[in-house]
This record gives sequence, structure tokens and C-alpha cells, in this order.
Amino acid sequence: MKIHEYQGKELFRKYGIAVPRGMVAFTPEEARLAADKLMQETGSQVIVVKSQIHAGGRGKGTVTRDGKVLGRGVKVITSGGSHAARDAAENMLNGTLLTIQNAPNGSVVHKVYIEEGIKIARELYLSMLVDRDSRRIVVMASTEGGMDIEKVAAETPEKIQRGYIDPVTGITGFQARKLGFGLGLTKEQVSKFVSMLNGLFTFFMKEDVDLIEINPLIITEAGEVLAGDAKVSFDENAEFRQKSHESLRDEGEENATELEAKRADISYVALEGNIGCMVNGAGLAMSTMDIIAHCGGKPANFLDVGGGADEARVTKAFSIILRDPDVKGIFVNIFGGIVKCDLIAQGIINATKTLGLKVPVVARLEGTNVELGRKLLAESGLNITPASTMLDGAQKICALVANPS
Amino acid sequence: MAILIGKDTRVLVQGITGSAGGFHAKKCMEYGTKIVGGVTPGRGGEVFEGSVPVFNTVEQAVRETGATASVIFVPPPGAADAILEAADAGVHLVICITEGIPVADMLRARRALETRLGKDLYLVGPNCPGVITPDECKIGIMPGHIHRKGNVGIVSRSGTLTYEAVGQTTAVGLGQSTCVGIGGDPLNGMDFVQALELFNADPETESIIMIGEIGGGAEERAADYIKRHVRKPVVGFIAGRTAPPGKRMGHAGAVISGGKGTAADKIAALETAGVRIAPSPAQMGDTLKALLIERGLLTAR
Repeated sequence: MKIHEYQGKELFRKYGIAVPRGMVAFTPEEARLAADKLMQETGSQVIVVKSQIHAGGRGKGTVTRDGKVLGRGVKVITSGGSHAARDAAENMLNGTLLTIQNAPNGSVVHKVYIEEGIKIARELYLSMLVDRDSRRIVVMASTEGGMDIEKVAAETPEKIQRGYIDPVTGITGFQARKLGFGLGLTKEQVSKFVSMLNGLFTFFMKEDVDLIEINPLIITEAGEVLAGDAKVSFDENAEFRQKSHESLRDEGEENATELEAKRADISYVALEGNIGCMVNGAGLAMSTMDIIAHCGGKPANFLDVGGGADEARVTKAFSIILRDPDVKGIFVNIFGGIVKCDLIAQGIINATKTLGLKVPVVARLEGTNVELGRKLLAESGLNITPASTMLDGAQKICALVANPS
Repeated sequence: MAILIGKDTRVLVQGITGSAGGFHAKKCMEYGTKIVGGVTPGRGGEVFEGSVPVFNTVEQAVRETGATASVIFVPPPGAADAILEAADAGVHLVICITEGIPVADMLRARRALETRLGKDLYLVGPNCPGVITPDECKIGIMPGHIHRKGNVGIVSRSGTLTYEAVGQTTAVGLGQSTCVGIGGDPLNGMDFVQALELFNADPETESIIMIGEIGGGAEERAADYIKRHVRKPVVGFIAGRTAPPGKRMGHAGAVISGGKGTAADKIAALETAGVRIAPSPAQMGDTLKALLIERGLLTAR
């Protein structure tokens, strides 16, 4: 689960991780008041107004409203005071911010973060995440701050240093110092950097974080070490013990259909094709997409209806698939192990009737009571074509969608 | 005896009084698995299905039943602890079915068992269907009736794709020595390499199907191992060729991140190691059969 920068920085403060002064604002007027307050505290006229959306690349992204381009997703105000901050916020709020990470739709900006301007000496990069191959938490640090780290990793991998943290010992002093000196920090800066890493690691373990990315990590002209950004996401498996995170969730940032599916215990990912897929099991669901592509079709979605698929779930899955207007046919691919095929068949029939299904359905059922299931489908009188194997099914649905009768 | 489990394996069920644990314990017993005890803290002294004693701790259960393996159906909050309890009690095989264990819990549990795994202890899963040696022992949630005793070893990150491979190898008249579902989580116990080591050393396993998917580097490490050590025919399949990057495809571990873990990379690595890739998930059985005929290990009929 991703959260916004302002929420991440709030949590950073709680764990003693140094961040610039800042406040969130939901209206232009709040933005003006926040800017006033910051300018009083810092004695500086420089203010940064940052759109709050989950996607990265905000600084280079473009805000539009009603087809009009209003500016970038981040604006640095150097003159004009709090009224300029107010105007900048007004331009961003309720506009759509399009960045390289959320194209082609972009995200609507509902809040902005008003932050003090910082005199920057260096921009670095720092992240912390679980490394599945080493089964450790890895800290990545780079001198190439403000850049896309995947690009750095691909083009100049020697500019990324890694430290692997044993979950038992936690981050050790020498590991943290090694990374700090490796970034070319001075002795004083290293000690601040070490303290920041300790705070980050405590936060990471205590709150079931799965990713922290600070890009840029700022070294100020005065030698302070500050988190210039805060990209944080949490492990959703740990929701049961991280109740406070629920209030940080921004549903407006999530795909509404994916969210609805998740609430029904269905795994759904929207794709760009036109053949809807309803499958049990994640591996089989992925392979079903693959085999549709193999047969020349384009899958409209990934959908794992889960192990305990019953009639209600099947109906729900169908209604989710049909939410996508591009869907021109549905391929049901069920390897019923414990689940009985006749129950699945009944679910398909009921869903087809209840939802008044207009598109063709191809159903491949395998497993317990398969004969009974196929018989039910054949005798239903509905537009459901049975298939004997998943290849047969994929070929049939591709043909039906390519040449509608 | 195939690998990991056989007719003499004595099995405990942790979470036997829960609905999933109870349901599948019964199914395993019907298949012929020796379920010798169950564990649910606070329910010690009860009897499951009229014959299986329930204990408060795994230690007591092992002491009184001589169990050698334990299968875990404990819900996510207590599942990592259940793995550690089983390992501590001295069973040699722990199979964790539970899906949705917090990553931090698995990080600590894996770390705690690091020096033992692959030596005196195997951990299969979490988030897996389990292990089955046809006609001998089924520990997990797979449908027993689709299996047939034979000589193909199957190892897979996906449950239903394993059933697919089982159905297909049964249909082409081969059959399985043992099927191991290693699970769809990013941090798991047994990886492909450990399972391949066991299959490679097992005289009853004559060929291998390995089913991987996008995310992580486990398939690449398996390819490296196969290249150096495995002479038995291996057929591979990788799910997720059409999966978009950055999106989790159902399994917590099935995600292409930072351009790493794509199906294309994994397929290339396996092909370089001499693994025959099935062109579609519907052709794992046929691909294996063709490979066996090609190598003179099977006569065409």
C-alpha cells in the first residue's frame, strides 16, 4: 500500500528522520496560510509547492485542467510570498497531473505539500527494501540523486552501493558508515547519515514497510542531511497488526475495479486487451493470459477467483470483468481440484443469466465432476462454448472475438 | 522413495481444529497419509475425527507420536511462529500452506533457520499447495485423484499450474514421482535448486518439469544448477510472458520490478542450460514426452 509524501514525512519525523519543514494543504487558502507560517519560521522567501499524488516524476510532470496546461507538478516560489504559493496551489488542485509513472491517465491532485526552500549542496539517493534473493533488507545509496534509479542501475551500476542488513543484528555501525563515506560525506555528515539510517531501519521493521525511497536525499549548504522526498509503501499482509495505516490509505489513487475485486478476495489486474479471463490460481491465471496471446488474442485482465470459488464469487468475477467496456468475450479456465466443476458451471450459468451477458463465453473446466459440469453448460441453452483443454479454449475464444457471429 | 515424503512419513497438522486445517487433514487421511496428530494451542486433549490426538505444542506432539513432518494451516498472524515451533520440535519437513504471511515475519523465520535448511530440515512454502508422492502420501491441498504414480518429478511456484502439469503427464501415460509446490511468496523455504538436487539424486525420478513465473531470480539460479549438475531431461514453463511490469500478479512474489524477473530472461536462462521450454501451459506433458522420445528414453506409440 502506497502513501503520499506528506504522510511519509510525518512518519519520518516520528522516527527522528530529518526532513524539511512542511505542511499539507487541501485548499489554496490553506496553502497560503501554510506558506505564511513557514516564511515566518525560516525567515526565507523560498517556498516549494508539491502536488501530492502517489506516482513519481511529479517535478517533470504536467498539470492540466479542462484541457489547459497549468504548469508542473512541483513549483518553487522565490518571490511573491504566500500569495504566489496560493496561486501555485490553485493551479495544481483539482488538476490532472500526468507523469512518466502514471501515463496515460494521470492522477487528480487533491492536496499539495507546502515546504520550506532548502539551500542544496548535493542531491543523493537512498532506498531500503526487502531483497528476496539474499533474504536481507538492502540499503541502496547513490551519488546520483534526483535521477531515475533504474536508469542509473542500467547505465552506471558502479554508482550504486548496497548494504545488506541482517534482520537479527539490524543495521550495524560499520555498514552505515561505509555507505556514508562511500557517498563522499564528511565526518559530521556521516554521523547524521548513520542516525538517519537507524531511524529508517526502526521504522521499516516496526511498521512493516516494504519500500522506502528518498530521492533526493539532500545535503544542505549548512551540512544537514535531509530527506527531500519520502516514497513509502507498506506490506499489505501485515495490515492486521498495522491498524493505524488504514487511515493513510487514499482510495482515489487506486484502480476502483481492482479495489472492489480485492474486497471480494479476487485478484484482478486490468490490462489493455479485449478477452476477459476468469481463472482459479495465480499461475494458471497468468498462463491463461499467455496462451491467449500465444493464440493471437489480447487478454483484457488477470483474474484469480481464488481457491474457494463458489457461485457468488463467480458472479462477482464476471461482473468485475464486464466493468471493462473493451471486453468482447470471456474465457473461463478452471482446474477444479477440491472445488467441484458442476458448482462452477452452475455459477457461470447463473452469472450469465443475472448479468444478461451479451458476449460469448468459452469455458474450460477440469477436475472433480467435470462431466456433470460440461453437461450443465451444454444444456443451458446459453452462449457458452465448452472447451476440452486450455489450448482448445484459448483458440475458441480468440476465434469468437476475432470473428463475431 | 521418491523425494521428501513416502508411505512411512508421519504427519502433524498445525491448525487442525481450524476449518481449512480440518478439511484438508481429512482429505489427506482419505488419500492414505499417516496423519498422526494435530496441534492447536489450548485444544490439547481433544481428538480429531475420532482417531487423531490434538496437542497444545508441537514438541509434545512429536514426542508422543514420532511425527517426522508437519503441515501448517495456521492463519497469517501466527504462521511464521508455527514454522519456527515445528522446526524447534525436531521434525525434518515443514510444509506451510498459509498465504499472506507478513514479509518481515518470513525474513526473521528464514534467518533463524538459515543454517539448518537443506541440511536436517526442509521448509516448503509458504503460500503453496504442498507435496505429494502419488499412492503413498499427500500433504497439502492438491486434489489427490489426478495424480498417478510414475517417474516425473514436478516442482512449481504455482498450485493450479502444478495440477495442470500433473493432469498432462498423467494423460500422456507418464505419471509423477513427487510433486512439490514451493509457493508463490517472495521469501520461501525450498527453492528450485533444493528441489532439483533432490530429484536429481532420486532414482525413481527420471525426468523433471519445473514451473516458474515472473519475479525474483530463482529460475535463473535453477538454470545455473541444471547446467552444472542435471543430466535428466528437464522441461520448463514460465508463467507471465504477457504480465505488465510493476504489477503484482496474484502471488506476492509475481512482480517484475526494475526490469528484473521477466519471463523472457528466465526462459533464455533455462534454454541456455538445456531445458526444453513448453510453448504453452497446455503442452508441458507433450513437450516432455517428445523430449523423452528424442533422447531414446521412451518409445513412441
